Amino acid sequence: MTSTLALTLAAAFAVSGIGGNGDYASLPGGSFRSALDYEDVPGNVTLAPFAMMKRPVTNGEFLEFVKANPQWRRDRVATVMAEPRYLSHWAGPAELGEARAAQPVVQVSWFAASAYCEAQGARLPTWNEWEYAAAADETRRDARRDPVWRERILAWYSRPSDSALPRAGLQTPNAYGIQDLHGLVWEWTDDYSSLLVDADNRNQGDPDNARFCGAGALSMDDRDNYAVLMRVAMLSSLDAPDTTANLGFRCARDLP
Amino acid sequence: MTASMRYLIPMLAVMALLLSGCDRDAATAPDTATTARTDADTGGSRKGDFGPPQGKPVEAVLTSPPHVPPPTGRDHPAKVVVELEVVEKVMPISEGVDYTFWTFGGTVPGSFIRVRQGDTVEFHLRNMPDSKMPHNIDLHGVTGPGGGATSSFTAPGHVTRFSFKALNAGLYVYHCATAPVGMHVANGMYGLILVEPPDGLPPVDKEYYVMQGDFYTTGKYREKGLQGFDMEKAIDEHPTYVLFNGAEGSLTGDKVLTANTGENVRLYVGNGGPNLVSSFHVIGEIFDKVWYEGGTKYQENVQTTLIPSGGAAMMEFHMEVPGSYVLVDHSLFRAFNKGALGILQASGPEDKSIYSGLEVDAVYIGDRAQANMEAVATAAESASTGDLTVEQQVKAGEALFLGTCSTCHQANGAGMEGVFPPLAKSDYIAADPKSLPRVILHGLQGPVTVNGTDYNSIMPPMSQLTDDEVANISTYVLNSWGNPGGRVTKAEAAEIRKAKPANASAGH
Repeated sequence: MTSTLALTLAAAFAVSGIGGNGDYASLPGGSFRSALDYEDVPGNVTLAPFAMMKRPVTNGEFLEFVKANPQWRRDRVATVMAEPRYLSHWAGPAELGEARAAQPVVQVSWFAASAYCEAQGARLPTWNEWEYAAAADETRRDARRDPVWRERILAWYSRPSDSALPRAGLQTPNAYGIQDLHGLVWEWTDDYSSLLVDADNRNQGDPDNARFCGAGALSMDDRDNYAVLMRVAMLSSLDAPDTTANLGFRCARDLP
Repeated sequence: MTASMRYLIPMLAVMALLLSGCDRDAATAPDTATTARTDADTGGSRKGDFGPPQGKPVEAVLTSPPHVPPPTGRDHPAKVVVELEVVEKVMPISEGVDYTFWTFGGTVPGSFIRVRQGDTVEFHLRNMPDSKMPHNIDLHGVTGPGGGATSSFTAPGHVTRFSFKALNAGLYVYHCATAPVGMHVANGMYGLILVEPPDGLPPVDKEYYVMQGDFYTTGKYREKGLQGFDMEKAIDEHPTYVLFNGAEGSLTGDKVLTANTGENVRLYVGNGGPNLVSSFHVIGEIFDKVWYEGGTKYQENVQTTLIPSGGAAMMEFHMEVPGSYVLVDHSLFRAFNKGALGILQASGPEDKSIYSGLEVDAVYIGDRAQANMEAVATAAESASTGDLTVEQQVKAGEALFLGTCSTCHQANGAGMEGVFPPLAKSDYIAADPKSLPRVILHGLQGPVTVNGTDYNSIMPPMSQLTDDEVANISTYVLNSWGNPGGRVTKAEAAEIRKAKPANASAGH
């Protein structure tokens, strides 16, 4: 029964490949209050207009990339670019198996995600771009002060991650027309390695901690915003070759 | 060393006990502990009067937090003159946030006072002429009605005087006791007075003064600008800030407490309240000794010590490993979301034999590397209605519901009262089961009443869902939480997708 269903499903997902590789939403630039407090950029951060993929890159899309760029197959990738778990949820180096084509791709390293975007003539979004886009709910461009919205986001964090991921694009688009920024997977950002949240975030205000000094130093300015805090904490725990079962990505591009 | 041996104190050694507390030396005494288990006491106030003050009156040294005056170093009772000034002033409570504090000596907490047991304290309380309020002082180290409050009620532009003999040794809170007392305390009117035992406290390398308090502002945590006192939050005991030394950042950044490895540090920690009890903890240290409740005896090897509102404790620890030690109220949301956080920074050479630092960060592959296959199969079902039974549709719909609808309507369909209507036992659904796929596909706006509660939010259209997905989610909801049952087919969903109702909400 299960295998029959799986076959039916493969067909259904093939049909529902809504929004292919090139499906981006355009976002206006603007001034934005980040939840992170940058020592070198007091006040708001300014963003140039950019475009962002409407939903995360899927297994199916990443499979095409791997086929076209075999150096990114899991059996051929340079070990410094991806840890042993890279694409380990696929049946083979170029075969999805039980992994669904429409699910967001996970178990991808930062290097692999960057290479994918580059191959599309794009790049990973910066943290601020991601945060800017993700501040929106279905009707408002900045819903962050709404406690109800915060609770909705947190509900995802409190669910166990032992069930299969839903397909990308299942959730309602936000005010920019972008889906799945919350409630599906973590996402790499281009500058994730500058998100230096201390390994022990209880050391807030510690002058002796190198991670809090220098240009990239920052700390949480909006401590109620647990949704953002957890994203940042997650990303800052990783190295670029790392992969996890809940971490995917989407690409972004500059707009003229 | 057994506990009973440790607490064995020869009856004649009462004064020695004052010096050394539960002295380890006592353990070397003959083991007659089986019959002498009670701790010898200090005699309290009955034994605290060492006669009239001797010599010239002494001006008390008062210090601002986090500093502590030097030991009195005296071996005789003296007359100690304390001159404390009440100042009402605006100070930052957090970055960009101001608050009108009422203070003893211009700081929160107020000036630290240090005297010796048996001293006669001549207390002068001055209230600045530009104060708005009358104030007084209740020192917990005073023996007498009101702890001084009845003799120190001081109008703006006045000074009052009273004297007391410090009969009991210990660390005591003082605070303003003018009505409304809670408000005066909530505005920062508290501090500590240390009454040293006759032979002083064991010398240490560093002493610091830290005091916790809870604050109630009209604005939210870190809401910028001048914030007023919120009496309602204070009565509800819902503080906006819980702070050490009266401001966020008072013990962080360039104001951290410092020590060197190899040093003994003693903290004098009070809790002004007015409401919360503190679970005081220093992350990464263990208190070698805690004079709990600020009293005469100490406990050893303590992780967290409880400091009641209007209480205090002394704690001592030896620094071995350099680095930052974080002072917190271990009621942790107070520490990380309301400000109760400070840092003690220890300098000195690393000792890797005591603490190695990070040694390994390697890939760990647990025995549950991937989501279980049953769940994958469920997800597979979710994309298709094909030949599915109602049960299969329900199972498929559940996975989809969790992935999308549950963020608002909750995993148990209960919704959120007044914001997101319930789907559980819903009279709205019972009255029109086909409303489910219709609302999913076209959204809903305008007032609705569900199970007797009015709702007027916007549900966006979920047109990104396939007809299969809409059918499965609808069928799941119909068959869950006391709803009437039934099913919605893919064909029905497709039909409904084509017909936009009048109360549809806007798409994107």
